[in-house]
Amino acid sequence: MNFSELFKLSGLLGRFSPDGKCLASCVQHRLVVRDASTLQILQLYTCLDQIQYIEWSSDSLFILCAMYKRGIVQVWSLEQPDWHCKIDEGSAGLVASCWSPDGRHILNTTEFHLRITVWSLCTKSVSYIKYPKACQQGVAFTKDGRYMAVAERRDCKDFISIFVCRNWQLLRHFDTETQDLFGIEWAPNGCVLAAWDTCLEYKVLLYSLDGRLLSSYRAYEWPLGIKSVAWSPSSQFLAIGSFDEKVRILNHVTWKKITELDHPATVASIKTIVYKEVEKSPTVGTERLSFPPTRSLASCLFSTQSKYEISQVPVSLQYIKPVADRANPKVGVGMLAFSGDNCFLATKNDNIPNAVWIWDVRKLKLTVVLEQLCTIQYFQWDPCQPRLAVCTGSSRVYLWSPAGCVVVQVPGEGDFQIVSVSWHPNGDSMLLLSKDHFCVCYLEREEV
Amino acid sequence: MGDWKTITVPVLSSDSKNTFPYTSERKRSPTSMSSQVLRLSLPSSKSMHSFFSAFCTEENIEQSISYIDRELTTLGFPSIYAESKGKELNLVSMVNCMNELLVLQHKNLRAQEEIEIQHLKLGSDMDHLQNCYAKLKEQLELSKREIVGLQERDRQLQTKNRNLHQLLKNEKDEVQKLQNVISSRATQYNHDMKRKEREYNKLKERLHQLVMNKKDKKLAMEVLNYVGRADGKRGAWRTDKTEARNEEEMYKVLLSDYEQRQKQLLLENTELKKVLQQMKKDIISLLPPQKQKPKERSEDGLVLSDQEEDIGELNKENMWELSCETVREQLTNSIRKQWRMLKNHVEKLDNQVSRGHSGALNEKDVISREDHELQTEKLELEIQQCKEMIRTQQQLLQQQLTCDDDTTLLLQDCYLLEERERLQEEWRLFREQKKNFEKERKSFTEAAIRLGLERKAFEEDRGAWLKHQFLSMTADCKSENATIPATTPSSDPDIHIVRSTSLQRRPPSVSSSTASPEPCQISQYIIQNSVAETPAADNMPNLWVESDDKEETE
Repeated sequence: MNFSELFKLSGLLGRFSPDGKCLASCVQHRLVVRDASTLQILQLYTCLDQIQYIEWSSDSLFILCAMYKRGIVQVWSLEQPDWHCKIDEGSAGLVASCWSPDGRHILNTTEFHLRITVWSLCTKSVSYIKYPKACQQGVAFTKDGRYMAVAERRDCKDFISIFVCRNWQLLRHFDTETQDLFGIEWAPNGCVLAAWDTCLEYKVLLYSLDGRLLSSYRAYEWPLGIKSVAWSPSSQFLAIGSFDEKVRILNHVTWKKITELDHPATVASIKTIVYKEVEKSPTVGTERLSFPPTRSLASCLFSTQSKYEISQVPVSLQYIKPVADRANPKVGVGMLAFSGDNCFLATKNDNIPNAVWIWDVRKLKLTVVLEQLCTIQYFQWDPCQPRLAVCTGSSRVYLWSPAGCVVVQVPGEGDFQIVSVSWHPNGDSMLLLSKDHFCVCYLEREEV
Repeated sequence: MGDWKTITVPVLSSDSKNTFPYTSERKRSPTSMSSQVLRLSLPSSKSMHSFFSAFCTEENIEQSISYIDRELTTLGFPSIYAESKGKELNLVSMVNCMNELLVLQHKNLRAQEEIEIQHLKLGSDMDHLQNCYAKLKEQLELSKREIVGLQERDRQLQTKNRNLHQLLKNEKDEVQKLQNVISSRATQYNHDMKRKEREYNKLKERLHQLVMNKKDKKLAMEVLNYVGRADGKRGAWRTDKTEARNEEEMYKVLLSDYEQRQKQLLLENTELKKVLQQMKKDIISLLPPQKQKPKERSEDGLVLSDQEEDIGELNKENMWELSCETVREQLTNSIRKQWRMLKNHVEKLDNQVSRGHSGALNEKDVISREDHELQTEKLELEIQQCKEMIRTQQQLLQQQLTCDDDTTLLLQDCYLLEERERLQEEWRLFREQKKNFEKERKSFTEAAIRLGLERKAFEEDRGAWLKHQFLSMTADCKSENATIPATTPSSDPDIHIVRSTSLQRRPPSVSSSTASPEPCQISQYIIQNSVAETPAADNMPNLWVESDDKEETE
C-alpha cells in the first residue's frame, strides 16, 4: 500500500474522473486536474469565486464548478483547456448544480427551488422545470441515463415527473401519496422508482417506469420513520434504514419485507466476528531519543498506532442515548451501502456511532461488526470487489474484506484527519479526504 | 378455706371411739366444705348429751373440772376455782366463764355464718367468672378466626393492589413512550416549520428586493463555442412522433425487464417442479405398499393412478408447457397427499414403537404370546446361523479379496501344490496298485500258464493213463467202449480246483480286462468271474473317484 503526499484541498472537493484517468481537486477558487496514477498536474483552472461543488461529466471530458454565492457555474474542458463556459443564474441564485447523464446538459437548481434550468452545451435551448421539490434527493437519473425523475410539489401535494433525457420531454407526471416526499431513487435496472416520505411518516412507494404504483410499504405508524434507503445492485432488494435502529429489506417480486436487520447494542450471535480496534502503544528505543526531537520522532511518539483484535462474543458496543428533545436525532440507521457484487450490506446505526455492521446478503445475517475507536465518518465499498473502506476522522484508514481487515496508518507529519473516502473506479486506489488536504492511497492487487 | 386440722382431744378416758368425729382434710372443695361446715354445725342435742356425758362422768368429775379450769386459764379466763386452793368452785366465775364462752360461741357462730355467706358469694362469683372466662375464650377463638380470615383477605387485596400498581406502571410507561414519540414528532414538526418559516421570510425579502431592483442582469450563458452532442446526433424538435417514440421506448424498456424477470422465474419454477417431482417419487417409494389397508386401497388406487397419470403426463410433455393452474394444483395436491400419508405412516410407526415399549398388544394384530415368543426365538436362531454363515463367508471373501497379489498367488500355489501332491499320492497309489495288479496278473498268468502246463501234463498223463488204462482195459475187456468224454468228469474237479483257485484269487481284485487266453475255460471262468467282479472292480475306481471328489470337497 502506497500513499501519496498530502495535497491541499478545500471543501472536500476531490473527485476521480469516471474513466479513472484523472483526479480533480479544488483549492479555494482553483481547480487542479491531476493524473490519477502519477498525481502530476495536468491542468489548472481558475474560477471566479470559491468553488463549492465540482462534478465530472460522464464522458470525463468536462468538469463543472459551481459557485453558489455568485450563482455562477463554470465548465472546463479537458481536451481544450482554453474552452470555457460560464452560466450565470443572476438574481435567481443557485442552490445546486449537476450534469445530465449525457454530459452535455447542466441542471441548475435556483434558489428557493423556484425552478430547475436545463442548460444545453450543444444547442442554445434552455428548459425549465417548475416547482421542483426542495428535498434531499429530488432529482434522480436512471443508471443508463435515459430517464430522469424529478420530485415536484404543487398546491401542497407531491408529484413526480419522469423526463426522457434525450430530448427532455415529459413522459409521465403523477402524484404520490406522500405527506412530504423526502427522496426518490431509481432501481439500478431503471424500471422501478422508489419514493419515500419524510421521517415523520414511514412510507415507501414503488412506482413503475410508466408511473403505475406497484406497491407501498409502511412498517409502523407513529415513531420516526425512514432515515436512509439503498437499492441492491441487482435491483432485487431495497434496504430501508429507519429511526428504530432497524433495516428492513423488501424483495422485488412481491415488494414485501423479507427480513428485518436489527442493530442491538449487544452482539450475541456466535457466528458474528467482531473486530475491535485497539490502541497499541508505540515502541521507541530509548537510545534513539535525541534533543530536540526530530519531527518524525515526535509524530511517532504522539501518534497512536492501532490494530484490530477479535473480540469474544457477546460484545456490548458503545451505545449513545440520543437527546430526546432535538430534531433529527442521532438515532437509527443513517448509512446504508450494498457492495458491488451484491453480497454484503454495510450499515451504520447512529446510536452506536463507532461500529460498522456488515451483513451477508445471501444469508441475511450479520457476519462482521467493526468496532472503531472514534465515530465512523464515512464508508464506501470498492466498486470492483467486496472491500470496504472506513474512515473515522483519525489518520488511519480501515479496510475490510471477507479475508480479513487491516488498519493502515497514513504516513506523514501533522494530523491528517480523514473525513471521507472515495474509491477509484477500477478499485486500485483510494482518495482520502480531510478538511484541508487529500491523499491518494494506492493498493496493490494482492492486498487484503 | 383454711385448713381444718384434726382436733383430737386427748381423751382421758378410754373412750377412744368417742374421738372427735369432726376431722377435716386439706383443700376440700367448696361444696364439700360447705357440707362439712354444715356438718360442723352444732351437733344435735342427743349427741351433745352423749358428748357431754362422755367427757365428765361421776368418777372423773374433779379431774374434768381441773382440766376445764386449766383450759380456761390458758384461754385467759379467770379461774373457776375459788381463791383458795381447794376444790371449791367459784360459781360466779364459772358462770362468767360460761357466759363468756357462750358469747364467744355466738360470736364464732356469727363469724362462721358470715364466712359461709362470703364463701357462697365467692363460689358464685367464681362460677360467674368461669362462665365469663369460657365465653371470652370462645369469643377469642372466634375473633382469632376472624382475624385470620381478614388477614387472608388483606393479603389478597394487597396482591391485587400490587398487580394494579404494576398495570398502572406499565400503562404509565406506555403513555410515557407515546408521549416521547409525540414529543419527538412535535420537535421535528417545529423544526421543519421554523425552517420553512425562515425560508418563507427569505423569499419575501428576495421578492421584495427583486421588485425593488428592476435593473437586473439577464440570465445568460456565455460559451465559447457550442459542443457537439455526446452521441454525435443532432437535436430533434419536439413533435408527436418523438413523444410516441418516447412512449414506445419506455414500454420497450419495461417489457424487456419484465421478460427477463419472467425468464428467471420460469427457470426457478422448472427447478422447483423438478425438485417436487423428485420428492414425490421419493415419498412414494418410502411409503410401504403393504401398509395400505383395503378400504384405503380404493383411494390409494385412485391416487396412485392419478399420480401415475401425472407422472406419465409430466414426463411425457415438457415441463414448461404445463404452467396452467390445474396441473400445478394437481402436482402440489398430490405431493401434499403423499406427504400426509407418509406423515401418518411415520406417526403410526412411532405409535407402534411406543406401544411396543409399553408392552400393550394391539387388538388388531393379536398373536398369542407363546407363539410370538417361539417365532421370535426361531427367527433369532435363524438369524444367528445366518450371521455366522455370513461371517465365515465374509472372512473367506475378505481373505480372498483383501490379501494382496503375492499372497493370493502363494495361496493359489499352495492350493495347487496341495492338490498336486494329493494327486501325486493318488497316482502313486494307483501305480502301486497297478503294479500290484500287474504282478498279480503276471503271477496269475504264470499260475495259469503253469496250470495250463500242469494241465497239459496232467492231460498227457491222463491221456497216457487212460491210454494205459484203455489199453489195459481193452486189453482186459474190449467190450467196454465207454468213451468217457475227456473233459467233463475230470474237468469238473479241475474246474472246481480252478474255480477254487480263482476264488482264492478273487480277493486281490483284478481288473482283468486282459486275461490270458491260453486256458480257455479257465479264462472263461475267470472272465466270467471277472465280469462278475467288474461291477465291483468298477465300483472301486468309482469309489476312488468319489473319494477323490470327497477329498477335494473336504
